[in-house]
Amino acid sequence: MSIMQIDKSIDARGMACPGPLMNLIGAIRQGQVGQIFEVLSSDEGSKTDIPAWVAKAKHEMVELVQDDGYARFLVRKAR
Amino acid sequence: MVSEVVVLGGGVGGTMCANLIAKHSQGRAHVTVVDASGTHVYQPGFLYVAVGKERPATLQHPETSLLRSDVSLVIERATRVDPAAQTVVLESGRKLQYDQLLLATGSRTVMEEVPGAKDVYDFYTMSGAIRLFDALKTFEGGTIVLGVAGIPYKCPPAPVEFVFLLHDYLKARGIRDKAQIKLLSPLNRAFTIEATSKLVQPILAERGIELTGFFNVESVDPVAKTVTSLEGETVGYDLLVLVPPHRGQQVIEDSGLGDERGWVPVDKNTLKHTKFEHVWAIGDTTNIPISKSGSVAHYEASVAAAAITAAAKGEAPPEHVYDGKVMCFLETGQGQATTIRFDYDHPPVSPTPSRLWHWAKLLFNKTYWHTVPQGRLP
Repeated sequence: MSIMQIDKSIDARGMACPGPLMNLIGAIRQGQVGQIFEVLSSDEGSKTDIPAWVAKAKHEMVELVQDDGYARFLVRKAR
Repeated sequence: MVSEVVVLGGGVGGTMCANLIAKHSQGRAHVTVVDASGTHVYQPGFLYVAVGKERPATLQHPETSLLRSDVSLVIERATRVDPAAQTVVLESGRKLQYDQLLLATGSRTVMEEVPGAKDVYDFYTMSGAIRLFDALKTFEGGTIVLGVAGIPYKCPPAPVEFVFLLHDYLKARGIRDKAQIKLLSPLNRAFTIEATSKLVQPILAERGIELTGFFNVESVDPVAKTVTSLEGETVGYDLLVLVPPHRGQQVIEDSGLGDERGWVPVDKNTLKHTKFEHVWAIGDTTNIPISKSGSVAHYEASVAAAAITAAAKGEAPPEHVYDGKVMCFLETGQGQATTIRFDYDHPPVSPTPSRLWHWAKLLFNKTYWHTVPQGRLP
């Protein structure tokens, strides 16, 4: 588990709609370049969706950790 | 002693909650609803106004006609809440003292946050929906683009529903072959929920609606008639419809009750403010990362009402908490619809689109005025 400073955390476990990625996009839109965003998601699709969007939008996937029943993503806003 | 309960906002959540508290408090609470307009608006109907399938007048009723006679209504804008003094300040300077406060102020749209988007179309307000339908009536051909300019936004299925209803509208006018419809989705599929997307995407393809994924609208160039995404892509349009960015209401922001976008932080189960005592919030107002929709406000209202009623009576908080329940309809056009149902512990399910769900949605829309605000539907 990272000890990196997290600027915003989104606990989207159990929330299918609008969904973990939608919440991450919304948070990154409002955030500053360099900030770190944490997303907790129990949705299996997040494991492919979140890295795919982060790559497409040219941000940085800092960490992806599988915990008990959910995944934890750390994303840095890169631009 | 009678507790003073103040409810800010006369939308679906605020109205239902006020009625339930008045009904169940056995005279131990006096409820006052504060609403700036005094008119209750059924917002899910905007989508239909935008394609000429609903008359604006049918979507508005006086708030007084929906409240129990023992609930007071103050038609005035609330400008400030002081959670330490437990007061709400109104525009006139008048102060209301509360023992329990429910924030049900909803969200507002802020299209002005999108550079270049001043004159684009939307269906997220009554005036926006009327203006969009006026534009569609004179549309003779070209590219209509639907994009999403901010997250979170009300009613996640609405963009997909709009392009389906738009297809039907243009077809009925006999100009579908002269128009291109493009849906710019924030995700790499048509809809946030994968199972629902699998139902919807083949229908989009069958109706010739073009889907572009990972397109989160950042700016508009109204001269070049192009829209550009956060991800760096640009698409041209003849008529642009955007889902506007949303934020919490001004009174929330001015009172320091919310986060940087004015969403109120609450416990996702109890709906109590995480920082201030005696304050609850429901519906679009909260920062819970769940759909901003009437459905959520509806299910949360009964939970908040029970908690506030117990507090007013000096009883322990009820065991029943909000479990993340959501139930939405999704129009797929041509007289069919599906539904999306889930909660915190159960993933979404969507049946195959059918006429049954379309009629169920229409029936719900028509009977809403006699059921939901009064708390008659659990």
